[in-house]
Amino acid sequence: MSTQKHTDEISGVETTGHEWDGIKELNNPLPKWWIYTFYVCILWSLVYWVIFPAWPYLSSGGWKHTAGSYGYTQRGEVSAELQKVAEGRAVFMKQIDAMPIEDIAKNDSLMEVALAGGKATFADNCAPCHGSGAAGGNGFPNLNDDDWLWGGKLTDIQTTLTHGIRWEADADTRQNMMPRFLDDKMLTREQINDVAEYVLSLSNKADDSAVATRGGEVFAANCVACHGADAKGNQALGAPNLTDAIWLYGGDKATIVTTLSHGRGGVMPAWGARLPGSTIKELALYVHSLGGGK
Amino acid sequence: MSEPATNLENLVAEAVGTASAASSSALNDDSAVAVNSQLNRPLYQSRIKVQSKLVHGTFRRIKWLVMALTLSIYYVTPFIRWNRGPGMPDQAVLLDFPARRFYFFFLEIWPQEFYYVTGLLILAALGLFLATSVAGRVWCGYTCPQTVWTDLFVFVERLFEGDRSARIRLDKEGWSVGKLARKAGKHAVWLLIAILTGGAWVFYFADAPTLAMQMVTFSAPMTAYIFVGLFTATTYTLGGIARKQVCIYMCPWPRIQGAMFDEESLLVSYKDDRGEKRGPHKKGTSWEGRGDCIDCGQCVAACPVGIDIRDGMQLECIQCALCIDACNEIMDKVGRPRGLIGYDTLNNHDRRKAGEPLRFRIIRPRTIVYAVALLIVAAIMVVALANRETLQLNVLRDRNPLFVTLSDGSIRNGYGIKIINKDTAAHVFHVTIEGPEGARLAGISADEVNPTEIAIGPDALKNVRFYVSLPKDRLSALDDGLAELSFVVTDETGRHTVRETTFRGPDQ
Repeated sequence: MSTQKHTDEISGVETTGHEWDGIKELNNPLPKWWIYTFYVCILWSLVYWVIFPAWPYLSSGGWKHTAGSYGYTQRGEVSAELQKVAEGRAVFMKQIDAMPIEDIAKNDSLMEVALAGGKATFADNCAPCHGSGAAGGNGFPNLNDDDWLWGGKLTDIQTTLTHGIRWEADADTRQNMMPRFLDDKMLTREQINDVAEYVLSLSNKADDSAVATRGGEVFAANCVACHGADAKGNQALGAPNLTDAIWLYGGDKATIVTTLSHGRGGVMPAWGARLPGSTIKELALYVHSLGGGK
Repeated sequence: MSEPATNLENLVAEAVGTASAASSSALNDDSAVAVNSQLNRPLYQSRIKVQSKLVHGTFRRIKWLVMALTLSIYYVTPFIRWNRGPGMPDQAVLLDFPARRFYFFFLEIWPQEFYYVTGLLILAALGLFLATSVAGRVWCGYTCPQTVWTDLFVFVERLFEGDRSARIRLDKEGWSVGKLARKAGKHAVWLLIAILTGGAWVFYFADAPTLAMQMVTFSAPMTAYIFVGLFTATTYTLGGIARKQVCIYMCPWPRIQGAMFDEESLLVSYKDDRGEKRGPHKKGTSWEGRGDCIDCGQCVAACPVGIDIRDGMQLECIQCALCIDACNEIMDKVGRPRGLIGYDTLNNHDRRKAGEPLRFRIIRPRTIVYAVALLIVAAIMVVALANRETLQLNVLRDRNPLFVTLSDGSIRNGYGIKIINKDTAAHVFHVTIEGPEGARLAGISADEVNPTEIAIGPDALKNVRFYVSLPKDRLSALDDGLAELSFVVTDETGRHTVRETTFRGPDQ
């Protein structure tokens, strides 16, 4: 880089004096409007520093920054926006709160709001157990299918959500008991094996039909009170339908033996204490809409 | 300043020194000094006002014609009507942002087809390259909006304040009622043109007659007023006040176009082989041993950017060809042939000097490549437009859960399909599936009457959810838990479209 200024022959303009690999730059004058715009921008930046958050500084409490006279913060902007959204939503939420759940299902615009709200609430509250797609797992019901333990109508779902199942803190919680036939010495191992074969035979999966017939007698003596004589279950008691293809804990012989021997007692939280009534209605409508609602 | 060794300085000194003795002083314009000459270079440059003189001639007429044509297209197009059927906008050219459609006569572009605009821009770029490689900065000189509006504004200025010498005198005068009236009138008309320009702009984005009525009754939406205000400000500032500053400082085209012409491009040039040695000419004397240029300065006076074309090719020259008309007028008066300044190529300039015959190589590799590329892109666009489908289908398979086992042992998959009806009439669409044997299609709500018959309005799209279930005894159709499935959508006129997807179940 030399600092030799010289005059360019063609234009008659002086060069800046710098040279990069033989390339020189003509020192042409800058237009005044351009310069003044630049100065105005500088002045504007000074104004900005006074009004808006600008400069960080180190203080005894760590790094802080100048807050600006306008008091603008990003958090403040977000909470203002959330406030506006809540106010807008309040119109619909009031209606959902007031109407019975079956009527909401008939109202298209309210359903749009309810389903969207239900989906969001589901992801926050229900997905940890029932899965993000509501497909459940071992011991957690699949809410997409058409098999319901305690009823799949809107009001049934609403009650289950509000009071839970075996949720001790709720007085109205749904209660039932799958007995522990082995642990409580109600049946022998052989009887349990027989009745397990019988239950499998109801879905045509039994290996030994003779054993299954024996098991049928055990079934008639011990199980029909809850599961019904046809083993099709009882939704008032929360007793599963033993003839269908859906098993909450597994439909293989070993699992059925375990269920019979040691009982089952899954717990569903009571959301009535934690979520407002309108939210529970939204959730019930959402779950009902997943494809298995009755 | 260092040594005054340049020709330019000598010439200026000559012109200044011999001004009083010039016998052709009636044709001289002594105040015509180029704005970018060496003498006028302070550190920060104030805006140098260019007062260009009106010329008459072929190119001035061409420019008036192009201006009339382009301005008419711009102002009139929003009002052209095009019938598209009931419920659809009837404006020929409309960018409907709220509804997200672009209408151009018989064309209707949806946002996902924006690549047509890309194609259009590519065509425009290639067209520009071709035009520039053939005839230099014709865009800048004739059709650029900055040039057209500045030309219009200067025309208005000439109406109120007179031609060049009258305007220079008026600027030097003190303020009087007459001067105030002239200046105020000019600025008022400028503002009016600017408002109309801004107005025409917003008319492309809304129904023009409706919006026009709303604007004059002050009931238009705020956005319209804001944008009209914005464009009024920019048109007035850029066309009335900034003028050549836009071309010289703000616009990137001068720099790009300089790279696009070559030695065979037709550029507005001063034929120095004919014009030099320049100097004043006394009437009746011979033209032997001297150039045809009588140093009258008319070319500088006529230039809207205020440069001297005799200095050679320069960035500021927008090649508007007004200096050609100015010089031709003078050449006619002194009885010399026209064309001292004209469209000339660099190679022809060298050929003339060497005594070789002139050649105009408009068809050469560069122009051929541009022209062919242009034709290819145009062909692609025409084919794409001709094959544009008015019925489209998208299928999104539910991913969570992948499949659901129902209480009777059958497997169910959920699908969200989007049917897009781009026709200008409403249709009823029938949805069916083609897939594993026994697969059943059902709507998501049990009490829907006819879930597979979907009515969609004109120019609309609809999202519909479906369930497809496969009974337990047909599950063998699944190969490793997977089977191919297609959704087929047909309408009552016979249009149909197919979209392939999959059906999944448990691994066997």
